[in-house]
Amino acid sequence: MNRTDLIRELRAVVGAQFVLIEKEDVIVYEQDGSIFQVMPEIVVLPGDVEQVSAVVKLAKQAAVPIVPRGSGTGLAGGAVPAEGGIVLSLARLNRILKIDLENRIAIVEPGVINLDVTKAVAKDGFFYAPDPSSQAACSIGGNVANNSGGPHTLAYGVTTNHVLGVEAVLDDGVIVWLGGEVPDTPGYDLCGVFVGSEGTLGVVTKVAVKLMQTRESVRTLLAIFDEMDNATQTVVDITAAGIIPAALEMMDRTTIEAVERGAPVGFPRDAEAVLIVEIEGLTEHTDRSASLARAICQRNGAREVKLAADEAERQRLWKGRKGAFGAMGTLAPNYYVQDGVVPRSKLPEMMRRIAAISKQFNLRIANVFHAGDGNLHPNILFDMRAPGELDRVIEAGAATLRACIELGGSITGEHGVGLEKKAYIGLLFNEADLEAMARVRRVFDPDNRFNPAKLFPTPASCGEIRLQPAQIPAGLWI
Amino acid sequence: MELLRNKPGDTATTKVPALDLPELYQCVHCGLCLNQCPTYRALHLEPESPRGRIHLVKAAAEGRIELNDRFKEHIYLCLLCRACETACPSGVQYGRIAETAREQLGPPGSPFARAVLNFVFTRLLPYPRRLRFVFTLLRLYQRSGLQRIARSLLPGKLREMDSMLPTVPAKFYYPVTSILPAIGERRAKVAMLNGCVMPLLFGDVNEATVRVLRRNGCDVVLPKNQICCGALNIHNGESAAAKQMARHNIDVFLEANVDAIVVNSAGCGAAMKEYGYLLRDDLAYRDKAARFSSLVKDTGEYLAGIGLVAGLRPVEMTVTYQDPCHLAHGQRVRAQPRTLLQSIPGLKLVEMDGADRCCGSAGIYNLTHADMSQHLLKEKMQAVTATHVDAVVAPNPGCMLQLRYGAQRFGPDVKIYHLMDLLDRACSETDLTPK
Repeated sequence: MNRTDLIRELRAVVGAQFVLIEKEDVIVYEQDGSIFQVMPEIVVLPGDVEQVSAVVKLAKQAAVPIVPRGSGTGLAGGAVPAEGGIVLSLARLNRILKIDLENRIAIVEPGVINLDVTKAVAKDGFFYAPDPSSQAACSIGGNVANNSGGPHTLAYGVTTNHVLGVEAVLDDGVIVWLGGEVPDTPGYDLCGVFVGSEGTLGVVTKVAVKLMQTRESVRTLLAIFDEMDNATQTVVDITAAGIIPAALEMMDRTTIEAVERGAPVGFPRDAEAVLIVEIEGLTEHTDRSASLARAICQRNGAREVKLAADEAERQRLWKGRKGAFGAMGTLAPNYYVQDGVVPRSKLPEMMRRIAAISKQFNLRIANVFHAGDGNLHPNILFDMRAPGELDRVIEAGAATLRACIELGGSITGEHGVGLEKKAYIGLLFNEADLEAMARVRRVFDPDNRFNPAKLFPTPASCGEIRLQPAQIPAGLWI
Repeated sequence: MELLRNKPGDTATTKVPALDLPELYQCVHCGLCLNQCPTYRALHLEPESPRGRIHLVKAAAEGRIELNDRFKEHIYLCLLCRACETACPSGVQYGRIAETAREQLGPPGSPFARAVLNFVFTRLLPYPRRLRFVFTLLRLYQRSGLQRIARSLLPGKLREMDSMLPTVPAKFYYPVTSILPAIGERRAKVAMLNGCVMPLLFGDVNEATVRVLRRNGCDVVLPKNQICCGALNIHNGESAAAKQMARHNIDVFLEANVDAIVVNSAGCGAAMKEYGYLLRDDLAYRDKAARFSSLVKDTGEYLAGIGLVAGLRPVEMTVTYQDPCHLAHGQRVRAQPRTLLQSIPGLKLVEMDGADRCCGSAGIYNLTHADMSQHLLKEKMQAVTATHVDAVVAPNPGCMLQLRYGAQRFGPDVKIYHLMDLLDRACSETDLTPK
C-alpha cells in the first residue's frame, strides 16, 4: 500500500476532515510538552473504537509507525513520532461512558480530560485520585500510558492503582478487554502491563477507573523557609514523625519567581523555598496532623506557616503549584525537566548537589517537586537558540540523574521514559531486565511499529540520544 | 539530539521577521490552554488550539511553513477570545501573536470579502457620519418592508445573514451637549467612548450608562470628535487605519483632561487599554498612548472601583452573567460586574456553566465563521437554559446581539441586558418599564 492509497483508505474510515496531511496541519503535532520535535506524515483522529481498529489495521498493512497521542502534555517526548509515520490522536474519544457510584467506578474514553472525571462526580462527593499538575489538560489515556502520578500520589498511589481495566486495540486491530470492572480478574495482569507501556503495546480505547470518596476534611499548610536545607529537613522530619500527608510539595525561589511572574497567586518571592503540606481525612485526624506538621515546620526554622483559610485559598495555592511547569516560559524560552527520585532522607543532600550542578554548568535550575515522594523535578532553564547551550543542558541533566542513582534513587518517578530518558534506562536495569521487557513488547508489537524508538535504549547509540527520523518517500511504502 | 527538530526540508520558504515575536518564546507548549479554547473543544484538532497556532506562527516566522491559505484558515478560525491567556501559567499574550499574524495576512475571506472588509475598516468605521448614514439606510430597509421582500428573494446563505442583522432602533444616541454634569456631589470627571455601533444600535445603553455615571457623581464628557476605537480593524488584520484611529482618539480624549476614560463595550475597552502596545513603535505617540491606556476603564470596573453612591431600588429579577471575553480574559475584569449586580436589591445572580466561555459573537466572527459561531452559541444557550433565569447580563454589544439572536433561535426565552441597563433601572428616580 502506498502513501496515496493509505491516505485514501484512512479518509474512508474516519472522514477527510480527520486525516491531516498538509504541513500547516501536521507540523503542530511534532511536539508535546517536552523539548523534542519530529513531524508526523499523517495525523488521524478516529471517532470511535471501530475506527481506531481500522486505522491500526491500515497502518499494519502499510507497515508505518503509529504513535498514539492524548493531549500532548507529556514531558518526556512520549507523543513525539520519533520515526515519523502516523500520529493517532485520541482527542475525539472523549466521552465518559458510565459512572457507577455504588461500585465507585467510571468507564471513560482515553481522550477524556483527567480533571473532567473529577468534575463529573464531585457533586456526589467523589473524585479521581491521580492528579498530575497538567490535570486540566492531560488525558486519561496519556495518564495510563505514562502511569502518571501527581501531588496526591503520596497518599493515593499512581495511575496503576486506580485503573481496573482497559479496552485496547492490538496490533492486528483486534479489540480486547484487559482487566475488568471488578478489582480482581484471574490470569495475567495484562491491564497492569498496559499501564505505563507508553503506547508501545497497543492503543487503549476505554479505561475503567476507580472513584474515591471525597474526604471529610482537608487542611492545607503553606510553610515558608529562608533556607532550602531547612525545608528539605522538614520533609524528612514530617514523614519520620509518622504523618502521611495527602501531598507534600516543594517549590524553590526560582520556581516561585516563575509562577509569580506568569499568573501570580501570592507566593512570597523572597523565600528560598515553600512547602505545601496537605492533610486529608477525618476532622480529628487532620487537625491533629496539621498542628504536628506545623510544629515540625517551625522547629526547622520556617519563617511562617499559613493554614489555607478556605477552599478558595487552597485552590489558589494549588493553581500556583500546578501551573509551575507552564510558568517556566516567564524565565526562559525552553526548559528541560528531569524526573529523578531519591530516598526522602537524601533530599537535603540532593538539593545541595543540584545547586552545585547549576553552578558548575552555569545554568539556572528551578526546583518544583513532590517532596514527600522524593520525586524531584529540576527544570533546567535555557534558550535553544543559544549555540552550545543545549549540550550543557543535556550534560547537566545527566549529572542530576547520576546523582539520583548514586544516592540510591531512580531516573523517573512519573513522567515516563519516552525519548528523554531512554538513554538512561540502562543505568537502572541490566540487559536481562531490559530483554524481559523487550520480549513482552515483541508479543504485542511484533513489527515494532507502536510508538517506536521509545522506552528502550537504542542499541546503536549506547547511552546517547541520537536518532534520525525515518524518511518514508512517497509511494515507497510496501 | 536530532530529535529536537525535524531538519530535512525544514526551511521551505523565507523567514518572516515581523512574526518573530518575543511572546512566542514564552510558550513552553505545556498544553494547559487546550481545554479552555472554544475551537479546540469543538474540533479537538491541535491546529485549532492556541498552542497549535502559536507553533504555526513560530514555524512561519522561521520559514518552515508558508503563509498560505491553510495557515490563514487556522489563524482566522480563532475567535480571539483570549481564554487561553487566562489559562496560561506563563502569561503568554496570545492576542498579540494572533493579531500580529493577522496583520501579516490581511483581512479574512474571499477576495471579495476582503475588499468589502477593507472598505469597512478604512472608509467607513473611521467616519462616524458615514456610519450613521449607512445605519439610517439600514433602518429604512428594515422599516419600509424592503427587508421582507428581500428575504423572500435572497438565496439561503444571504437570507441567513440577513436574519442575523440586528434591528436598528428608531433613535440614535448623539447628545447635543458634550458635558453632562454629575447629579449630587461631584466625585470625578470621566470621558466616555460613545463608540461606532453603540450609539446606533444601543443608544439606550449609552444613555443609561451616562445616567448611571452621573447619578454616581461623575461629570461625563462625550468628546465631540471621537471616532471608532479600531478594535475590529486590529482583530481582522487591518493596522494602518487602526493606528490612525488610535492616534486620533488619544488626542481627542487626552484633551478632555479627565480622571478616567470609561468604556461600556468590552471589546473597545480591551483595545483601548492596548493602544500603548499598538503604537509601541510610534515615537511621537508611544508615551501619550501609554498614558491614555492607563486611564481606560471598563464602566463596571470603574463604578465598582469608586463605589455606588446612588440609592438602589429593587429590581426583582433572576439573571445570569455572561463574561464578555474581552472583559474577563482581555481585561481581567470578572468580579466587579458581579459585585455591582449583587448590590441591586431583589436581583438574584445565578452562575451558569462556562460563564467565561465565548458565545461565538467575536466581532464579525459570527458572519465570517457562521458554523462555529452557531455551534458555540447553541452550547451557550444550553448553559443559560440550565440556570432558569429571566435574563442574561452581558456588558458588550457583540455578546448582546449574539445572545439575543441565540434566545430567538435556540431559546430559552430570556431578555438580554447590559449591566448598565439594570444599574440604571435600579438607580432611576422613575421606574422604567421593561423594554
